[in-house]
Amino acid sequence: MSVLRFVVSVSLLVFLGAPLSGAQEPVKGGTLTMVVQPEPPGLVSAFNSAGPIGVVSTKILEGLITYDYDMNPKPSLAETWKVSPDGKTITFNLRKGVKWHDGKDFTSADVQFSALKVWKELHPRGRSTFAKLTAVETPSPLIAIFKLSEPSPYMMSALSGYEGQILPKHLYDGTDIPQNPYNNKPVGTGPFVFKEWQKGNFILLERNPAYWDKAKPYLDKIVMRIIPDASARAAAFETGEVLLGGFSPVPLNDVKRLEATGKFDLETKGYEYLAPLFLLEFNLKNKYLQDKRVRQAIAHAVNKDLVVKTVWFGFGKPATGPVPSVLTQFYSAAVPQYPFDIKKADQLLDDAGFKRGTDGKRFKLVHDFLPYGSDYQRTAEYLKQALGKVGIDVEIRSQDTAAFLKRVYTDGEFDMTSNFFYALPDPTIGVQRIYWTKNIKKGVPFSNASGYSNPEMDKVIEAAQIEHDRKKRKELIGRLQSIAQEDLPVLDLFEVRFFTLANKKVQDHTNSAEGVYGSFSGVWLKK
Amino acid sequence: MPRLFGYLARRVLQAVPIVLGIAVFNFFLLHLAPGDAADVLAGEAGGASEEYLAQMKAKFGLDQPLYVQLGRYLANVASFDLGFSFRHNMAVTELIAGRLPATLLLMVMAVALAFVVGIVLGVTAARHVRKPIDSIVSIVALLAYATPIFWIGLMMILLFSVNLGWLPSGGMQTIGADLQGAAYVWDIAQHLVLPTLTLALFYLALYTRLMRASMLEVYGQDFVTTARAKGLDERRVAYRHVFRNAVLPMVTMLGLQVGSLLGGSVLVETVFGWPGLGRLAFEAVFQRDHNLLLGILLISSLLVVGVNVLVDLVYAKLDPRIELR
Repeated sequence: MSVLRFVVSVSLLVFLGAPLSGAQEPVKGGTLTMVVQPEPPGLVSAFNSAGPIGVVSTKILEGLITYDYDMNPKPSLAETWKVSPDGKTITFNLRKGVKWHDGKDFTSADVQFSALKVWKELHPRGRSTFAKLTAVETPSPLIAIFKLSEPSPYMMSALSGYEGQILPKHLYDGTDIPQNPYNNKPVGTGPFVFKEWQKGNFILLERNPAYWDKAKPYLDKIVMRIIPDASARAAAFETGEVLLGGFSPVPLNDVKRLEATGKFDLETKGYEYLAPLFLLEFNLKNKYLQDKRVRQAIAHAVNKDLVVKTVWFGFGKPATGPVPSVLTQFYSAAVPQYPFDIKKADQLLDDAGFKRGTDGKRFKLVHDFLPYGSDYQRTAEYLKQALGKVGIDVEIRSQDTAAFLKRVYTDGEFDMTSNFFYALPDPTIGVQRIYWTKNIKKGVPFSNASGYSNPEMDKVIEAAQIEHDRKKRKELIGRLQSIAQEDLPVLDLFEVRFFTLANKKVQDHTNSAEGVYGSFSGVWLKK
Repeated sequence: MPRLFGYLARRVLQAVPIVLGIAVFNFFLLHLAPGDAADVLAGEAGGASEEYLAQMKAKFGLDQPLYVQLGRYLANVASFDLGFSFRHNMAVTELIAGRLPATLLLMVMAVALAFVVGIVLGVTAARHVRKPIDSIVSIVALLAYATPIFWIGLMMILLFSVNLGWLPSGGMQTIGADLQGAAYVWDIAQHLVLPTLTLALFYLALYTRLMRASMLEVYGQDFVTTARAKGLDERRVAYRHVFRNAVLPMVTMLGLQVGSLLGGSVLVETVFGWPGLGRLAFEAVFQRDHNLLLGILLISSLLVVGVNVLVDLVYAKLDPRIELR
């Protein structure tokens, strides 16, 4: 009797449980049409971290490991790995039987070449991420041993198909890598094979029948369309011509209307790897802004909730400091805060000695905003209003991206910017560049433009780079967050929530912190 | 005939300094914009190391003084080499050639449609001047001319693609369908309808108004009165006498528009995701892809010069009073 009941309940569980947990059996076949915007300048991420390249490239080329939502490493081209107790040797056991799309074997020589000749020399962040990497030993075709001069705990977060992409040595060795013709027609190990790129029109990928993960990929083809106009992208979603797009592919004010049709999934997960932050950079050479009280007053004068809710239609989360809350391993909320308080702001500005004039104004600042779309412009307009209320007269100046970058990072001719940074999975990779004295570098985009230099901060930053103990490192990064919030050389406004818009037909498109930078081998289309 | 060759040879010789001047002017104009291609690439990548930026600038030749860059560029142009687009990692000529078919298809269809329909509407309006039909044509032309082109495009997409589902909302073909022969042509034709209509609507307004004005002007001339006095019927007067004389300004306008064919239409190409040259040039501005932009501008200027010569020849053919000198 009890056995029978057990059997019945188990089969009921199996029967009912399956659809409830959403674990449906994937269906093979079909073409996934997605949008990629803007058009990528090339198709290889190994030495160019531009976003649109990542969306395309990660389907064709792979990294040693991949990650779950909490950035825990999972096997990809490496099946297992071992970090030595001193943190200076990492041994990767590579997957057997993996072939490049042209039929050649994937070996440890490819790993060695990519790490030393590509990432370390050419990747915009690689030079610092892999700074301590001195050699990659290849005792056998399936073993790659990374040798480090100092422990680099953050390196393990930089080995995905986007951040640490493996290139085929036989096609790149001895060539001018950034100008290799294969950058426009990549040959990889990934689930999809590059087929065609008609510039300004589309990129076509086809199923790799010899993919190492035998049952996958499920899709026959992926078409990446280039649709430059945001409203036209929204229309293409509505007609069903486009099924998926990442990085907020439609205007924020169209989202509600599209959601109301019930045809789409709106997914804000899958950007944890990038951890985007919207922030204001202050030029500390400015005679007003060099006073900490002025910067703190600005922090009090800006209503972050309002910015997120009205300007960004809720696609964000007010920031509490330089490390976004999605970086669960490092995030600390116990840092100085500046709640929205106009009186306090007024008080701080009075204390700093910048009294209101007869016209109610204290002083004037010019505000440059990153020209990435109307949302950025509206944020600048809000800031003008908000700071006007505490007597700071703000003049908004607009220019295109190239001019903005040159003004801020080469000429340093700005008072205050609104800008956008990726915090990336590890603060040593993404956050320290804003605060480190050694990163005050003329001409380098997204460096320490405020000119902030604090020996105590530098000490914390440099200690965190080589601290191998997880707990101690977390403490150091907590310290970094406190100092940053106290000094406010930049004001972190909010964590940007990108969204992926997908037709309900598309299944399993977001299942890790990599989101649209994932390989898409497990994506399938409901019939 | 020898006279014609002499004329052509002189025009070509005259064109050389013009085109050279345009190239030099463009070069300096583009370099007035702050920032360069390496800055943009590094910005898009979300950062770059100092060493990498320096490497990139050296490779792109951006570390050289401006006069050296200009000298290199002119030397390239003189040998019919438009240079290399570092951003696209492709030769400029290859990039332009890739976009040319789509550009020509859209522009030729749109201008031809606008030219023909514009003539018909303009003639109709002029023949019924100050009657209801004239007012209707004039109002429609004015509306089409005054409405922003991207807005018309988006409304067309909303109506014909989203609501009615008759036509694709953008792109140039069904990708990955591997269509052949007639099916392929039909597929492209379907994608071509909305952008062509949108673009033609704008030009149409121009042609209609010009044709109407031109017809009315000729109607007022003495030889028309003479023709009528001879007892010719209105139809014959309109088509034999007035139309043939009124069409000359239309040829001028057509010449102007053919000259700008290569520029494409940025707005229509953007709204419909049409892979044309206009967008390529527009994006090149923001990407500071100077070689590419200079290449497109140079080819466009060559086309303008060429079409001007052609228009002069057509003039001489259409109106015997005009002589080639």
